[in-house]
Amino acid sequence: MTNLLDPTSEQKSSKRLPLKRLNNLQKKTVGLLDISKPKGDFFLDRIANRLHEKGIGVRRFSKPTFTRVAPIELKNEIAASCDAVIEALAD
Amino acid sequence: MSLVVFLKQGCETCKLVAPILESFLKKNSAEILCQDGSSFSQGLEVREDLGLRRSWEASIEIVPTLISYGKDGKELDRIEGWNSEEWAEFLQIEIPEKMVKYKPGCGSDTLAPGMPEKLAAKYGDKVIKSRDISLAEHEDEIEACYSRGWSDGLPVVPPTKERVLRMLSGTTRHPQDIIGVIPPNLVECSVEKIAINAVLAGCLPQYLPVVIASVEAALQDEFCMHGLLATTYFSGPLIIVNGPIAREIGMNSQGNVLGQGNRANSTIGRALQLVIRNVGGGKPQEVDRSAFGTPGKVGFCFAEDEDGSYWEPLAQERGIAPGCSSVTLFAADGVQAIVDQKSRDPESLSRTFAAGLRSVGHPKLALASDAILVVSPEHERVFRLAGWTKADLKNRLGGLLIVSGEELVAGADGISEGLPLRFKSKQIPKFRDGGLLIVRAGGKAGMFSAIIAGWGASGKVGSAPVTRKIA
Repeated sequence: MTNLLDPTSEQKSSKRLPLKRLNNLQKKTVGLLDISKPKGDFFLDRIANRLHEKGIGVRRFSKPTFTRVAPIELKNEIAASCDAVIEALAD
Repeated sequence: MSLVVFLKQGCETCKLVAPILESFLKKNSAEILCQDGSSFSQGLEVREDLGLRRSWEASIEIVPTLISYGKDGKELDRIEGWNSEEWAEFLQIEIPEKMVKYKPGCGSDTLAPGMPEKLAAKYGDKVIKSRDISLAEHEDEIEACYSRGWSDGLPVVPPTKERVLRMLSGTTRHPQDIIGVIPPNLVECSVEKIAINAVLAGCLPQYLPVVIASVEAALQDEFCMHGLLATTYFSGPLIIVNGPIAREIGMNSQGNVLGQGNRANSTIGRALQLVIRNVGGGKPQEVDRSAFGTPGKVGFCFAEDEDGSYWEPLAQERGIAPGCSSVTLFAADGVQAIVDQKSRDPESLSRTFAAGLRSVGHPKLALASDAILVVSPEHERVFRLAGWTKADLKNRLGGLLIVSGEELVAGADGISEGLPLRFKSKQIPKFRDGGLLIVRAGGKAGMFSAIIAGWGASGKVGSAPVTRKIA
């Protein structure tokens, strides 16, 4: 395991923080990423319906295969068109 | 009294002394430590110096080394290599006549390249106080630095403890010496934090004194680093290095002097900017509000070409004694070219320079930005042949850059930008007193010079150049 020395003023946690969460989803677009595992669409269809009911924009995406990380083009497309993303891990 | 001997199997001198030690051990006792194994070719009983801990603690430089210790464990005396008279006296033994009288030892494994830092990191006192960041098992070191926000956008050198200790070997300053308070977060900055950021930037240890002096200069009140960082203007800190250190660390002062390709030029300025970013917390689109920035904000540093110039170097103009090394910090924008391939007399060339300098910031603004005029060898030659000193050029430019207020006031020439109407009947210098610096640098061929314009807020209302001796 590699250890590095902190070059900062050490006023923040040394742990990487997740991106800032959204306060609400009004006027936002949520991406639903199907990782291509069986029945993932089941879960995402329900989520999509619930979001539609609330008037929240939804865009659907799917990975070619759950065995590999998402292709860069797909990641870029999600990052450029969505404010948040929900990934279906269901089996 | 006790005796410890340090040997190496791979050392011919150690093999030579092995029979002497064997014979000595028949009637006496000594601890024999071997740096590279637990057996010795001639059957001498040795103990392996595991991980070189004992050798490092005893500061062994040569094998064989014999050290005698008193009852209190303090070292009394040591001898290195093979010298029959010394050994005879040290061990109080007789040395056979047939033996060679003298044979130098071999270098200790503790001094192998990279080893001193490794051993210091492993066994040394904890002089390093920065917290350790443990990476995950498969985490890429360089990506880890990016994801933690330590980079200016280019790859950085991961700051391992060994690299930081090696960097610190470039200065005699104590790692915990406080250099000053770094804006914008006003955090105390130690030599150690500067060293870590110098590692990130790609500096060699011998650059560290230049980086430290640059940080010290940037923190002088008159340099106004906080304002320079926070301005919407283009500028960032430029470092000009004068004196022997520029040559010693191989800085570029000639062809492509303001460009890429030289490690010292490229990394020293970057180290200063990384200190501001990482220690001070100054980041673009946060406290750094620059509308455009400038490519030099990654790091901007060069040396004046003192050897090739007949003019007085910038540092001496600014009070540094000849033979001393120094940095001069300037709040700099980008580089503007001045082309003049026809002037062969100093008056004509001065007029070209003045015409170019008029446009700094805006041709209708005055007493706002400072500027640096970087004069190339071919342009300097014109002044040299006419016997003009740097001061002569500066005086002439001062005269040429006094502009009638009528041309400068708002509305003049159909341009709303300009000075308030009250200046209309006045004669106004383009630059404040001391606001125009001249340095000599650049490649041998090319009748060009360069203007490095300064931040729109200069002197007492903004930043003034600061020169500081390199300790």
